[in-house]
Amino acid sequence: MSRDVLLFLTVFLACAVEGVEAVTIVLAAGLTRGWRSALAGVGAALVVLAAIVAALGPALTVLPIDVLRLVVGGLLLVFGLQWLRKAILRASGFKALHDEDAIFAAELAAAQAAGRDPRGIDGYGFTVSFKGVLLEGLEVAFIVVTFGSNQHNVPLAALAALAAVAAVVAAGVAVRAPLSRIPENTLKYGVGVMLTAFGTFWGVEGAGAHWPGGDTAIPILIAFTFAVSIVLVAGMRRRHSPQVAAR
Amino acid sequence: MSRLRALGAFIYDFVIGDDPLIAAGIVVGLGLTAALEGAGVAAWWLMPIAVVALLSLSLRRATR
Repeated sequence: MSRDVLLFLTVFLACAVEGVEAVTIVLAAGLTRGWRSALAGVGAALVVLAAIVAALGPALTVLPIDVLRLVVGGLLLVFGLQWLRKAILRASGFKALHDEDAIFAAELAAAQAAGRDPRGIDGYGFTVSFKGVLLEGLEVAFIVVTFGSNQHNVPLAALAALAAVAAVVAAGVAVRAPLSRIPENTLKYGVGVMLTAFGTFWGVEGAGAHWPGGDTAIPILIAFTFAVSIVLVAGMRRRHSPQVAAR
Repeated sequence: MSRLRALGAFIYDFVIGDDPLIAAGIVVGLGLTAALEGAGVAAWWLMPIAVVALLSLSLRRATR
C-alpha cells in the first residue's frame, strides 16, 4: 500500500471519528433548540477554525523537518496511545463502549432543560453547536496539518478530511438521529493503531534515527501495533472474565 | 483567571489525556533514542519496545 493511500486512509478515519462526535452534538442542539441557532453556531465555529488554521498552519512549514517530525511524532504517539488504551479497555470489557445514543440522549435532555429566549438566536443552541464543532474541528485541523506537512502532502490530507466530514454530515442529515450505526468504537481502535504507528515512525526519524527499509517500515509498524493490541485485548479479556464471574 | 485555568485544563486534557505516564514515557523514549543516535548507536528499535511497555503499564494501572 503506497504512502499516499495510507495517509488518506488514516486522515479519513481519524476525521470521521471527530465528525461523528460533532454531528451528534449539533443534531441534539438543532432538534431541540431550532436549526437556525445550531447552524449559526456551526458557521461561527468554522470561521474561528479557519482563522486558527490560517494563522498557525504556515508557521509549521517553516520549522526544520526533523524538529517537526520529532514534535508531531511525539504528539501523535501520545494521542495514539491514549486512543488505543481506551479502545483496548473497551474491547476487553473494562470500560463501557462509547455510546452515541447515550450521548445524544444526554445532550437532548440538557438542551430541553435549559431556559429559552424566544427572540432571535437561541444562546444555548448556538453555544453548544459552536463548542462542539470548534473542539472537534481543532482535532481535525491538527490531524490535517501534522499528517499533511510531515508527508509533504497537505492537499491530500485536507481532501481526506473534507471527504470524511462530508460523508458523516450526509449520514447525519439523512438519518437526523444519532449516528449509532457507524461503528465508532471499531473506528477509534483503528485510528489509535494508525496514529501510534505513524507517531512511532516520525518520532524516531525526528530523533535522528533511520528505519531499516525506509518507508516500508510504516505498514510493518501498523501490523506490529495491531498485533500487540490484539494480544493485550486477549490477555485482558482473560483477566476480566473471572472478575465478572466473581461478582 | 478562571478562563485561563479552563484553557490550561483544556490543553492538559488535549495533550496529556488520562494517563500522564504515557506522555512522560514518550518524552524519555524519544530523548534516549536521540542520545543513542548521537553516540553513534542505531536506536530505531527503542521506541517500538517503549510503546509496548508503556501501553501494557498504562493498561495495568487503569485496571488495578
